[in-house]
Amino acid sequence: MKAALSRRQRVALSGLGLVVFFGGWEAAVRTGLLPSGMVPAPSSLWQAWLDEVHGGFWQQAILDSLSHYALGLLFGSVLGALIGLLCGMVPVLDAFLAGIVHLLRPVPGLAWVPFAILWFGLNTSGATFVIAISVFWINFYAAYAAVRSVDPELYELASAFGHGSFLGRLFKVVLPASAPGVMAGLRTGLGQGWMSVVAAELFGVPGIGARMMQASSLLATDVVVVYMLTMALLYAVTDFLFGFVRLRVLRWQA
Amino acid sequence: MPLARLDDVGLSHDGGETFILRHVSLNLHKGEFVALLGPSGVGKSTLLRVLMGLSKPSEGTVTGPQDDTGAAEGRSAGKRRAQALVFQDARLMPWRSVLRNVAFGLEGLGLDQQEKRERALDALRLVGLEEAADRWPKRLSGGQRQRVGVARALTVDPDLLLMDEPFGALDPITRNSLQDELLRIWQQTHKTVLFVTHDIEEALKLATRIVVLSGSPAGITGELTIGAEQKTPDSPAFRMYAARLRAMIAGEPDPGGAPYWRSAEI
Repeated sequence: MKAALSRRQRVALSGLGLVVFFGGWEAAVRTGLLPSGMVPAPSSLWQAWLDEVHGGFWQQAILDSLSHYALGLLFGSVLGALIGLLCGMVPVLDAFLAGIVHLLRPVPGLAWVPFAILWFGLNTSGATFVIAISVFWINFYAAYAAVRSVDPELYELASAFGHGSFLGRLFKVVLPASAPGVMAGLRTGLGQGWMSVVAAELFGVPGIGARMMQASSLLATDVVVVYMLTMALLYAVTDFLFGFVRLRVLRWQA
Repeated sequence: MPLARLDDVGLSHDGGETFILRHVSLNLHKGEFVALLGPSGVGKSTLLRVLMGLSKPSEGTVTGPQDDTGAAEGRSAGKRRAQALVFQDARLMPWRSVLRNVAFGLEGLGLDQQEKRERALDALRLVGLEEAADRWPKRLSGGQRQRVGVARALTVDPDLLLMDEPFGALDPITRNSLQDELLRIWQQTHKTVLFVTHDIEEALKLATRIVVLSGSPAGITGELTIGAEQKTPDSPAFRMYAARLRAMIAGEPDPGGAPYWRSAEI
């Protein structure tokens, strides 16, 4: 019989999983099962990280990437959610944009890099643009679906109590009712945003992605792994912080 | 002059030739408690929505209570709505606390926060749910949710209170106590009520007048004024009226004042 695990057991098991993962990895490198030139040993990561920190590269890369991430996330999320909400609410706009959406949707964020470089150059704006595009679609579809699934009876309720106008419906019904879906989109976008950061910076815009590219061209695999873990940490922190925002906005769901 | 009236109202499906309602004329007078009785799916809720202005009739005219009626009497000085609707499914907004659900209809009337809060609390007090003001709707029982729906309608101080089978989904004990409360509130507030139901006993218990909606397209097939003697359950007068209402719903000739022992057989 499957017994439900307590929270403490789950955390302990998850910690054990990480220990096994890093332990097995270390053992595989030390016994020569994995070639040390290709895979760094976990024990070498600490020193690599300290070197990056002492050189100031680590802090600078995080600051650069954070600014790309924050700006791209802001533009992509706000525009995506806003246009998604409007499309969900206004059938004419929905139909008008349907063709354009189907045309642009399959283009991956990475494919926009040439245009990002052309239009904005190898700078913050270019990286922001690439991140914003990939975050845009997630939020667009999340908001659109959230509006479409609003209980139509709530619109009748709004009309019956004097809030039947477009703005009344938007502020009294659509925004609060679609908040859970919009928040889910924002959260997915938080993760997608970090993935796009690397893509956006691979071409030379300074940041974590660029630093990883430099390190890999020097075969400094330990440095590459340090930044992979850095990114995982940054994602965990942003997701954790967003959890508080979500809890606050969706108090009524608790 | 009646408070609200429907004059030869017809409503067709999507503006086509298939009519849901046809030739419906109805006057609602101030202070009345009118039950709109009819089988399920006949179009009672549709008629309510036409009166509420949520659906446009294809034929005829609808005259709702005028917004300035109450203002002329010095009530709430215009900060009110002429009519309010109570839904069958309570229809509360899950993201609003009970108090803010009740205050929903007060928003946009130019009241300040304090006034809104006080009026919503007054309405909650009237339905006996003052202590639940800060709860979330999902923490309420079905009966409590429906009380909140009633409070939300009452708080806008309407001249006409429209109720769409509000107690239909409740268990018999809760339904009974909410019916009693509604009668108390009606006597206290002197609202004009139009109450949709398919339950003959409920109509007889609550209403001062019962209007029967039946047929396809639906029209008014009968009407009875209810006095105190017809309100005593299982009294001969009660049973006779119940039989007459059943006949009206079925579209049969009114057995009229036939002796109760005969009407009981119908």
